[in-house]
Amino acid sequence: MTHAHRAAAFLQNEDRANWHDQSLWHVRSKRDGSIAGIPEWESLRQLGSDIKDNVLSNLDTYLEAFEEKATANGVTVHWATDAEEHNRIVHGILHRHAVDRIVKSKSMLTEECHLNEYLEARGIEVVDTDLGERIIQLRSEPPSHIVMPAIHLKKEEIGQLFHEHLGTEAGASDPQYLTEAARQHLREKFLAARAAITGVNFAVAETGGVVVCTNEGNADMGVHLAPVQIHCMGIEKIIPRAEHLGVFTRLLARSATGQPVTIYTSHHHRPKPGGEMHVVIVDNGRTTQLAREDFRNSLKCIRCGACMNTCPIYRRSGGHSYDHTIPGPIGSILSPGIDLKKHGDLAFASTLCGSCSDVCPVRIDIHDQLYKWRQIVSKEGHLPATKRLPLAGAGTVLQHSGLYNFMGQAARVALRMAPRALVYNRLNAWGASRELPEVPAESFKQWYNRNKNDKA
Amino acid sequence: MSSKASILERIRAAKPADRPLPSLPSDPPAALAEWEEAFRTVLAASKTTFITREEIPGYVAASGAKTIVSTRPECDGNLDPRTVADPLQLAGVDVAVLSARLGVAENGALWVSEEEAVHRVMPFITQHLVLVLEREQLVGTMHQAYRRIDIAATGFGVFIAGPSKTADIEQSLVIGAHGPRSLAVCLC
Repeated sequence: MTHAHRAAAFLQNEDRANWHDQSLWHVRSKRDGSIAGIPEWESLRQLGSDIKDNVLSNLDTYLEAFEEKATANGVTVHWATDAEEHNRIVHGILHRHAVDRIVKSKSMLTEECHLNEYLEARGIEVVDTDLGERIIQLRSEPPSHIVMPAIHLKKEEIGQLFHEHLGTEAGASDPQYLTEAARQHLREKFLAARAAITGVNFAVAETGGVVVCTNEGNADMGVHLAPVQIHCMGIEKIIPRAEHLGVFTRLLARSATGQPVTIYTSHHHRPKPGGEMHVVIVDNGRTTQLAREDFRNSLKCIRCGACMNTCPIYRRSGGHSYDHTIPGPIGSILSPGIDLKKHGDLAFASTLCGSCSDVCPVRIDIHDQLYKWRQIVSKEGHLPATKRLPLAGAGTVLQHSGLYNFMGQAARVALRMAPRALVYNRLNAWGASRELPEVPAESFKQWYNRNKNDKA
Repeated sequence: MSSKASILERIRAAKPADRPLPSLPSDPPAALAEWEEAFRTVLAASKTTFITREEIPGYVAASGAKTIVSTRPECDGNLDPRTVADPLQLAGVDVAVLSARLGVAENGALWVSEEEAVHRVMPFITQHLVLVLEREQLVGTMHQAYRRIDIAATGFGVFIAGPSKTADIEQSLVIGAHGPRSLAVCLC
């Protein structure tokens, strides 16, 4: 199954696909409205990109400084080379405290490491507390978007789900009513949890603290009520100094949802009285990406999701078509680096229109990287025959002008004469949902030769 | 080799040549009146109401609150948070009236550290939140804000920019996700 196959399945329901497309475009429009209020927006993006350049070139020293400061603050810092080690560390902390139920706020890293499955297999109840995350957890689905995990679902489906799991009234689908039911349900979980896990938006090397951004307040409800708090971060989340938060908090929410800032921007530096605070720093392939000169900029990502909201492919294929990874354009340049054979097709889930690069708050050259991944996929021999053979054929034709002229002529005649069923068959993916352009009577070359002396 | 050593070694082998840190924008000239207007506008858009100092007791009474926490002289509470040892005991708080230390004009964010909150969970677990800020503590942008506060001076601190909210169901805005169902701000 490729991205194209999964996208085709998504497009089977045209109404839903159109609705999904418009929902995401609405968020993109809100982002545009929000940045209009910041005249220095473009220089702010440049600042974000420049700070991240500095971070990538000093990642080791910043991480060491962070650990030193955090340790002095009474925080326990752990290092994990891969997902397995990350999960083992988190489980070890929970096991030591005999914790059997935890609450977790949004973290793409724990998603990447499949932490929930790991803990559940060891008898620990994991409750995702972001409303969207809880919805998809109850549906046993992965998130379809990194900021709006349940953007693919209609309120009626969520109403049915809550009816089954939370006992809401049958047929009720009012978002206000459903959110209130989730609030009551999750409050019980917050009050009962003995440990809380969060992701990390930014970790500050200078102060040894971590910053977590939410709108719901779910990360804080978890962290401040449970005696043990655990923050899981990829190595690239580090920033040099507190003052750099000024740049990134201005960029993040405006790019993500069009808000001027998230409702809560929480700064955690020391454990609460009588509590424990842990930070787990995870590599899991990031150093490999750092070594790839053409692709290391993907590590600048601050996970705002703007590239998804703007992408004409993402909007019309849905987050699940990206096969359980970070979806959208940024996911399509991260995933091939993790497993080229499995995710190489994502480099083709793009029109290379460049809109993702235009909206990226840290100026990642996303569409250029997509193009570079395509070349690697081809070189490493992972192109499917449906792409490889026509491209090889086209290469031969384009190298020989006589052959090119002949093929053009032949195609013009053949397309005019051939019965429709011969042209619009299953090999012609282009023709599956659109008409081919009308066949011209002559090539441009023929037309030019006929007209070049006609100096009107 | 420890995981830390191996990660650091891999970074050193992979990292690009040093790139300098850029300098950040300097503070704009003080414009308190404009900042106040911007602050009010952006918070109102984030479903926050503004009340005066005198209105605080009436506002709290009108909410029908049974359990009130107040660290401010404008309003009396009936639960002293300093006598509460376990934050779980704050689950029944209806209204909390707290000080905020700093406000940001461009986005309406108010800085509340654990010093003002007494318990870290207080501004989140309360059903309704009232924050009191001195006008002089307004700044223009987040750059200024981070220069003014020391984020590591307390073990926890948070910028709050409205009542708790979510739009996870069909992008419909719902106020009161997990935290406060309302936020009222008093500029004094």
